[in-house]
Amino acid sequence: MDTYYRPEDLHKFSSVGEHAPRLWKKFSEWYAEVFKDGALDEKTKAIVALAVAHAIQCPYCIDAYTRTCLEKGATPEEMTEAVHVASAIRGGASLVHGVQMKNVIEKISL
Amino acid sequence: MEGLEGLRSFDDMLRESGLYPLRAEDVRILQMNLGSLCNQSCKHCHVEAGPKRVELMSKDVMECCLRVVDEHNIGCVDITGGAPEMNPHYRWLIEECARSNIHLMVRTNLTILTRQGYRDIPELLARSGAEVVASLPHYTEGITDRIRGRGVFKASMEALEVLNSLGYGEGELELNIMYNSAGAYLPPPQKRLEDEFREALSRHGVRFNKLYTLVNMPVGRFFSFLKGSGNLVPYMQRLVDSCNRDTISALMCRTTLSVGWDGTLYDCDFNQMLSLRCNSGAPYHIRDFCMEELKHRVITTGPHCYGCTAGSGSSCTGETT
Repeated sequence: MDTYYRPEDLHKFSSVGEHAPRLWKKFSEWYAEVFKDGALDEKTKAIVALAVAHAIQCPYCIDAYTRTCLEKGATPEEMTEAVHVASAIRGGASLVHGVQMKNVIEKISL
Repeated sequence: MEGLEGLRSFDDMLRESGLYPLRAEDVRILQMNLGSLCNQSCKHCHVEAGPKRVELMSKDVMECCLRVVDEHNIGCVDITGGAPEMNPHYRWLIEECARSNIHLMVRTNLTILTRQGYRDIPELLARSGAEVVASLPHYTEGITDRIRGRGVFKASMEALEVLNSLGYGEGELELNIMYNSAGAYLPPPQKRLEDEFREALSRHGVRFNKLYTLVNMPVGRFFSFLKGSGNLVPYMQRLVDSCNRDTISALMCRTTLSVGWDGTLYDCDFNQMLSLRCNSGAPYHIRDFCMEELKHRVITTGPHCYGCTAGSGSSCTGETT
């Protein structure tokens, strides 16, 4: 079955650099640096990336960082909690806009 | 392997690295596979071991191995299976090894040590000064039991406690844990995982010396899983993409010789399960052992060899770089 997001396309990611190699090089170097051990270790960074992948709903990132999390030693329990964190922020972000709704109600109501 | 025609061959990678053909540099470890009989049928097992397997190494072949070890001063015997404890000559073999000056490594799935008829073995191993390499796929009960069967984690903890009570895990009796990933992905960095295992197992009162990580090899039952689940090509691609040429000089096949239950010689336990015997003009049966011809033999390779060169490297004693 054909699909808009094909898993094998992830391996073509570097082809994005064909028409802007200098920018691709800078991105690649920065990206690699971001995920190295630092104030946060590689496992924690992978879990953060997984959570963000769910928040932005990027199928490539979900595939890639599910695997990366497992390869960094994250457990399914840790990963699931990270997805809940992403979901809570997404849900909370919608809900907190209820304040805007209330402001509008107050403004236009007698 | 079917569907993998597009992948760069292992030999081509060796050629590009200027290391073709891959050659052994010595025979320092004789790894004896005592047979495929096992009390477990783990999902990842490259041996496809289980309770219905009948292949078992005979005492004659064992004697032949010990003669070779003695005559050629091979420093280490590594005993594996299956569950090697289920071989009827296991106790005799351990005692014979203990009589000599070699380093003895025994691999165990742990649960067998809690079974009726095998509970004397931990004491025998302690008396023999054997290094125990205990396989345990994870420090959580859920993941371990998913791969190995219900109750395996609890039984494994029980066996580890017994080994600890005999002095294993500290001092001179070495107890190491062998970890393999719970699926089609590479293991985490060994040192970091060792720290996590140590902390988690300490909650069960368990001590161990080192943790070894092993990449799941696309062989046996794990190969069937990869093929059946559509993971074969992506997993092989992952292994190829993760190939680290710095691991080649330390590949275990360069210093280990593997003996099958019937005495046939292989470059490693994985080649053994693929029936790829030593095939470079050197003898291929333990009774014809010839150190001169075997120590620099050309090693038989295949796509599965990428499992040992992935990331930080993989071997029966963990990472190689």
